[in-house]
Amino acid sequence: MDNFDPAQAFYLLATALFILGIKRLGKVKTARSGNQLAGVGMLLAIVVTLVSPGIGIQLDWTMVAIGLAIGASIGALMARRVEMTGMPELVALLNGIGGLASTFVALSEFWGRKYGATITPENVILGPDVWGVAVVLSVLVGTITFTGSLLAMAKLSGKISGNPILLPMRHLLVAGSLLGGLALGYLAAFHQGSFDPAIMILGLTACAAVFGVISVLPIGGADMPVVVSLLNSYSGIAASMAGFVIGNPLLIVAGALVGASGMILTIIMCKAMNRSLGNVLIGGFGGDAPTTGGASATEYESVKSAGAEEAAMILDAATSVIFIPGYGMAVAQAQHVVKELGEELESRDVTVRYGIHPVAGRMPGHMNVLLAESDVPYEQLWELERINGDFKTTDVTVIIGANDVVNPEAIENPQSPIAGMPILNAHESGTVLVIKRSLSPGYAGIKNPLFERDNCYMCFGDGKQFLTEILAELKEN
Amino acid sequence: MIFLLMLFVFVLAIFAGNELISKVPPTLHTPLMSGANAISGITIVGALMCAQFGAEGSAAKILGICAIAFATINVIGGFLVTDRMLAMFQSKKKKK
Repeated sequence: MDNFDPAQAFYLLATALFILGIKRLGKVKTARSGNQLAGVGMLLAIVVTLVSPGIGIQLDWTMVAIGLAIGASIGALMARRVEMTGMPELVALLNGIGGLASTFVALSEFWGRKYGATITPENVILGPDVWGVAVVLSVLVGTITFTGSLLAMAKLSGKISGNPILLPMRHLLVAGSLLGGLALGYLAAFHQGSFDPAIMILGLTACAAVFGVISVLPIGGADMPVVVSLLNSYSGIAASMAGFVIGNPLLIVAGALVGASGMILTIIMCKAMNRSLGNVLIGGFGGDAPTTGGASATEYESVKSAGAEEAAMILDAATSVIFIPGYGMAVAQAQHVVKELGEELESRDVTVRYGIHPVAGRMPGHMNVLLAESDVPYEQLWELERINGDFKTTDVTVIIGANDVVNPEAIENPQSPIAGMPILNAHESGTVLVIKRSLSPGYAGIKNPLFERDNCYMCFGDGKQFLTEILAELKEN
Repeated sequence: MIFLLMLFVFVLAIFAGNELISKVPPTLHTPLMSGANAISGITIVGALMCAQFGAEGSAAKILGICAIAFATINVIGGFLVTDRMLAMFQSKKKKK
């Protein structure tokens, strides 16, 4: 601390930009500038590091250039190419790669110092003990983030079944891989005389990789947003630990900010589903899990169905319509047709609004992103609390590929697995049109009695195709 | 002593992170997540510092190159994709 390093002043500035950036990301009006501010902070941090990496440190420029070029082109390509419907998977993937980067930083440090030179107070700023603990934690958390995120991505994209996968003795496996990993890490960092530290640290990495996979396996596909958000928090912690490894306050602060804000966001998301974080993480919820409350998930009586022509007539007679989009809309890529139908109705002086459930889709705000992509005005997107009182006075509610978020069981049956979850009160409106492929249950794996109600018509078919047909019928009149 | 200072900084940053996003509309959950994710790519600074280690072809060096590449994917991909999402929210308002 004797010599003032001007680089630290710029690191401080970068930290301030990150804090302002996150703050601004929390408000719709300022969000874009917030993201850009954080980006400027990152650029500043990178440039300052390249220009003055510290006293007596010589960078290998070829290596830096190769790494930056490869990373920048892959990153830019992924960001450009991704479809808006594939956004959840991409965020999970990027998050995992970030965690992996922290793991590699710690591993490179480990190899560089354990085999290159002895640890001295000069080259390990925070002392060998802190260094050892930080390397172990950085590898552990970074690797868990990586494998957990990849599995979350596979579940989101359907490459792996979204159903909870319950391994036998999974609690033992989870505890064993975590404790085993920590023990190996301890040996690698502090007892290198008796064992080969390289094997120990690779053992730690392997244990962490296993832990990441088996702790995400039992969690159902629709809970993946919560998992990704939690893993996002982990990747911040991993970066923070990497900061302790190299003794750099910028990494420590930026990582801790992401870790803490990611945790808060995770809890906000759990609250929207009326579940605790613990309940989500223990898993086993949804999918093919046995249902409680008697009625089988697929047995329905007295369901009325309507074709496109009938649906068009119902809409033609309405003066107010609310659309409720769900994951099905994303799968069918129906957001553009929904918007066209909404505009057609508006041109007939129908009040058109969209009711957005906070956990509709496979990612919080998923529906907002999709509808924004198809140019639905922001003012027409209504959040649950704001619109729920208005269903009573609404003529027609059109549900597109949503199920659990409109299931009245949540209010009416205290025994239901989703009891207490806030829902959109679609059943209160005059007529409900449910556009859905079949009567199959939603993510919670339970029956939706809304489909049997007198005011409800099922419109079986692909969301995009059915809406196109309705639109054609409407335009003929 | 330096360690204690850094620990202070770490704990304070956690409190700051807690306060930063107390109330966020669901619309912004995805962009916020992906923006914060891009910030966690700050580990790139650590990766760049690994560029001091070892001879050509050594384990430390190869691991370091990988770390730089991964962190850069995270940073560039994260900020660009967040910007793309947020740009869609904003274009609406200008038209109005």
